[in-house]
Amino acid sequence: MSQSAVDVPPKGGFSFDLCKRNDMLTQKGLKAPSFLKTGTTIVGLIFKDGVILGADTRATEGPIVADKNCEKIHYMAPNIYCCGAGTAADTEAVTDMVSSQLRLHRYQTSRDSRVITALTLLKKHLFSYQGHVSAALVLGGVDITGPHLHTIYPHGSTDTLPFATMGSGSLAAMSVFEAKYKEGLTRDEGIQLVAEAICSGIFNDLGSGSNVDICVITKGNKEYLRNYMEPNPRTYVSSKGYSFTKKTEVLLTKITPLLERVEITEVGEAMEE
Amino acid sequence: MSIFEYNGSAVVAMVGKNCFAIASDRRLGVQLQTIATDFQRISKIHDHLFIGLSGLATDVQTLYQRLVFRHKLYQLREERDMKPETFASLVSAILYEKRFGPYLCQPVIAGLGDDNKPFICTMDSIGAKELAKDFVVSGTASESLYGACEAMFKPDMEAEELFETISQALLSSVDRDCLSGWGGHVYVVTPNEIKEKILKGRMD
Repeated sequence: MSQSAVDVPPKGGFSFDLCKRNDMLTQKGLKAPSFLKTGTTIVGLIFKDGVILGADTRATEGPIVADKNCEKIHYMAPNIYCCGAGTAADTEAVTDMVSSQLRLHRYQTSRDSRVITALTLLKKHLFSYQGHVSAALVLGGVDITGPHLHTIYPHGSTDTLPFATMGSGSLAAMSVFEAKYKEGLTRDEGIQLVAEAICSGIFNDLGSGSNVDICVITKGNKEYLRNYMEPNPRTYVSSKGYSFTKKTEVLLTKITPLLERVEITEVGEAMEE
Repeated sequence: MSIFEYNGSAVVAMVGKNCFAIASDRRLGVQLQTIATDFQRISKIHDHLFIGLSGLATDVQTLYQRLVFRHKLYQLREERDMKPETFASLVSAILYEKRFGPYLCQPVIAGLGDDNKPFICTMDSIGAKELAKDFVVSGTASESLYGACEAMFKPDMEAEELFETISQALLSSVDRDCLSGWGGHVYVVTPNEIKEKILKGRMD
């Protein structure tokens, strides 16, 4: 059936066939949808033995909090992690894609990935889409040449810095870093500083909130501290819960019994030589 | 008016103890006129996996047909059903492919994974996955649904209590939204059975 070839674009990548229809709908006065953004405060800093990355965990859809505990620190390689701000789908897709490319590269070269490789792959992709892929990233990792920390902007420009912040809460977090950062921080001092910077974003920026995630990367080791701090626990839970005395009225019930899921393990014979 | 408000919709999914429930409203409208009161928004992919799609009705139906097609191909190749997490990644990829001209719908995926562990997730229209451990909502009534679910949800509910909770949350939320309502359609899925119920709601 030739129609099946239409479903998947031949070489992967974006397909633009609904653009004309969506433009027509916009012209008729129907506004386009808003995407899930990650408002966000993301930070990174270089300490004595490596890199510490931090992020908040709020995902917003317009003014509504869609996810109170999302993950913004994405895995790129065993020694490289990336925090993402901007449109959530873009940050997830771009980091997943570059993570796969890095793995293939590791298989081809039999070497650990370098941070600068991830940086170049990301900036090439983002630049080629001229900023329409709205992903602002803080990339950090430790490779054979040492610890590295970079920021990548949606249009493809990059900076290499000892400490960096991105996202709507970046000004709040940068103020903490500028006041308290110094070279040669120990692991505990670094974690405390990152947590303080993210907290300042959480409490002062409306687009950031909930908990603090931290990732510590050192030579040959990484620690992903998910929900390292939870400064906003939910305290208004009613202990009694809701009890519905008046039940919902049901018009029609249909019950489909399901067969038990049976695992079929075939006992095969060994191959004959 | 936003494109999502053209047809009106409300979809919610909740996690219980070794079971899940997914519910939607039944109205299909063209802006403020109601065209149908029995529109199917939740569809079965396989016995332990359901997808509810809110948003523009034509994209709801097209996307559902595309996903059933891809799942059938998967079944032929792998000789088994897709796991909910895998299916969520598939839907996310299909939606992100159309990043610059998206399908105008928001899916809610609910399924029972390995060891009958319930899995729910929702996505925005370009495939940004949002996994949750308690409930997910989507549609024009989503703001009311967030509030109702936040208040009424309890962890580890059994199937009967879960059904009651999700029905009350859905009906009370769509009562505050002009564009969705006209009854409810609830599926409660446990490892042994699928219970499908149609709810009586306000018909206005």
